[in-house]
Amino acid sequence: MNAIDIQNLDISYGDTKVVHGVNLAIPEGESFALVGESGSGKSTILRAIAGLAPDWTGSISVLGQARSHHIDRQVSSQVQMVFQDPYGSLHPRKTIDAALSEPLAIHGIGNRGERVEAVLRDVGLDQRFRFRFPHQLSGGQRQRVAIARALMLQPKIMLLDEPTSALDVSVQAEILNLLKRLRREQGLTYLLVTHNLPVVSFLCDRLAVMRQGRIVEIADAAQLKAGKLNEPYSQELLAATASG
Amino acid sequence: MSTRDWLLADSPTSRMQANAGRAYRVFTALLRNPLAVLGGLIILVLVLTAIFAPWIAPYSPTGQNLSARLLPPSSQYWMGTDELGRDIFSRVIWGSQITLTIVGLVALISAPLGLLVGAIAGFFGGWVDRILMGITDIFLSLPKLILALAFVAALGPGINNAIIAIAITSWPAYARIARAETLTIRNAEYIQAVQLAGGGPIRVIIQHILPLCTSSMIIRVTLDMAGVILTAAGLGFIGLGAQPPLPEWGAMISRGRTFILDQWWVATMPGFAIIIVSLGFCFLGDSLRDVLDPKSEGKN
Amino acid sequence: MTTLLEVENLRVSFPTNRGRVEVVKGLSFTLGRERLGIVGESGSGKSMTGRSILKLIRKPGEVTADKLRFDGIDILDQSEKQMRAIRGARISMVMQDPKFSLNPVMTVGEQIAEALVTHQKLPRSAVQARIQEMLHAVRINDPERVARLYPHEVSGGMGQRIMIAMMLIPEPELLIADEPTSALDVSVQAQVLDIIDTLVRDKGMGLILISHDLALVSRYCDRILVMNAGRVVEECAAGQLENAQHPYTRGLLAAMPTIDESRDELPVLDRTQWAGT
Repeated sequence: MNAIDIQNLDISYGDTKVVHGVNLAIPEGESFALVGESGSGKSTILRAIAGLAPDWTGSISVLGQARSHHIDRQVSSQVQMVFQDPYGSLHPRKTIDAALSEPLAIHGIGNRGERVEAVLRDVGLDQRFRFRFPHQLSGGQRQRVAIARALMLQPKIMLLDEPTSALDVSVQAEILNLLKRLRREQGLTYLLVTHNLPVVSFLCDRLAVMRQGRIVEIADAAQLKAGKLNEPYSQELLAATASG
Repeated sequence: MSTRDWLLADSPTSRMQANAGRAYRVFTALLRNPLAVLGGLIILVLVLTAIFAPWIAPYSPTGQNLSARLLPPSSQYWMGTDELGRDIFSRVIWGSQITLTIVGLVALISAPLGLLVGAIAGFFGGWVDRILMGITDIFLSLPKLILALAFVAALGPGINNAIIAIAITSWPAYARIARAETLTIRNAEYIQAVQLAGGGPIRVIIQHILPLCTSSMIIRVTLDMAGVILTAAGLGFIGLGAQPPLPEWGAMISRGRTFILDQWWVATMPGFAIIIVSLGFCFLGDSLRDVLDPKSEGKN
Repeated sequence: MTTLLEVENLRVSFPTNRGRVEVVKGLSFTLGRERLGIVGESGSGKSMTGRSILKLIRKPGEVTADKLRFDGIDILDQSEKQMRAIRGARISMVMQDPKFSLNPVMTVGEQIAEALVTHQKLPRSAVQARIQEMLHAVRINDPERVARLYPHEVSGGMGQRIMIAMMLIPEPELLIADEPTSALDVSVQAQVLDIIDTLVRDKGMGLILISHDLALVSRYCDRILVMNAGRVVEECAAGQLENAQHPYTRGLLAAMPTIDESRDELPVLDRTQWAGT
């Protein structure tokens, strides 16, 4: 069974179509990357899977079940998302503890204190951060909290929207290590959106290169590492990364 | 460990301690601001006066003494007496109760109402937004005092009806602010995260959006209090607010108008009371804005 | 090589609840007509360094230095009015995000013209000619059309090229570029930096390129300062970055994933070793 199956997906924002006829199949346990420049529609696909971009046609199924156009509770315990900006993804007036307990409260899961402690350990945050407010945390620590929040409902699939692009290089390394370890320990499926090819090379098994709402090429990470992408546009991206 | 250390702890050990610490930081920031202290003191004095009016006021606010009509301020009558020989100082003291009731009730009715209407309109958008904001705009397009006048005229004069009228006319401004704030918050990633976790609109609005709107709402309400006091006084002045012999400040000015050239104190003393209390609310509101502004948060 | 800028023991501090905190702690360097890169992570004080050269640190921030001279002029001694004559005309600055640096209600052409005529008196026709020429230089193909556009009508990369045109049209002697491309896509980044590079070389200007990206700085600069927690931890020629000595620099280099990544885990900086607090 595939974790995510997408067929003939078209997504629009108002009158403009931003994703055209995308087909994707991501097996369970895989780490898959959507790569492209801004405006290529890669984040939009992620949002459609999550239910945050309801204006789409085609079919999206998650773990074998057809996805509705909106957010529903059952899906929320299977699919969770980590956002790009660690400064915008935490409620400024809520403590870390409140942010992490929230998903449990919504789903009526008890034993919250222990679960919060456990997840903080999982993402490598000391217990003393538990009752702090977001402004008392650094960017990297906030991103750990955001990852912890996504893990609270023990999802199978994580949608990662540029999870490290707002972070410093050394902090990025920590978060990437954490994501890699969590995937190994919890058998997660990743769908990662990024413009950073080295990150793909470190974290992912396969990638799809996107341009102007269409998938240009789907390739193995091995191809990426060897610099053997087929399409000219993919090569362009590769060249820009290598030189920049 | 002292209470202060407990409050300012970098790593609180419970949710309660974290929230108490935040409140304490806001409080100390307010104390560092002289205008805030002044405004707070004025309001505190107003509240204490209202509570202890029976013990502070030297005379009855309604007891007439026709032999002591229109006496100028003296050591016996600190603010003089009015045309029925009532001690103005005592009336101003008792009047604080009425003012505080009006201010309190208006705030309690209009702020939450406006907040809720605005947040719902902003969050759902579409036709909900258009209908709610249409109603809001109708209210906003009419002058406040005239609208309040119309309501009081319809409901009948009296202090309670005046409060209702003022509350009805003041919520639309709050709805506007709340909607504007909600629009900026609605698409924030932390809101989306709650939705992704399965949180419904009621939870999102009440637990996540409203707490972020309240600080600007508190500021706005405090700043508007001066206006509320003036509107209430205005209604009293026209004779549609508090009815005689209630010692409402606006009504007192209205009565004193007749003697303003010869017996200036009759109208002036309650006027001072209105100005001072209005200023108190303005000072407090201004400094609250400096302290509660979410943008200034986390700077230290 | 003539010395353009001399900085000695530069310190920038801000007051906090716990007293003044220095974000730049005694920085010294000299700059000729060359390309200097300042690299560091957020909070390293690299942006504050750039701003203090232009005296753009606002109160209650405080700048002190034993020496801060641009072309023999003591920057710290200059009045705000004198600084305005230097800013733009002799030292220019390109900021991170063009969206916030361009005036939304003026056309691109008007803004560039304004940047030019504030510092030089020129006849109208000459101004227009200079604008066209400058837009050409930043590789905008149809300058006449672009000059009539408003900032919201241009893309991020185009906006940044317009910013550069604005900054370079008064022909300054020193350009400070603070993260000029981090808001842009990778392919556009290279374009924009190439343009800066060509213009700086052709006009013989000095360049200070401030960035968090080691690879980028080493490609576009002659010399690199690596900053951490307000101090320079390493100074080296751009080509010698691979042989960096300081453990912080080495840590940063190692922490970056590469395109042919085979490591199972990325080495992580041990912050306790260098972080001041």
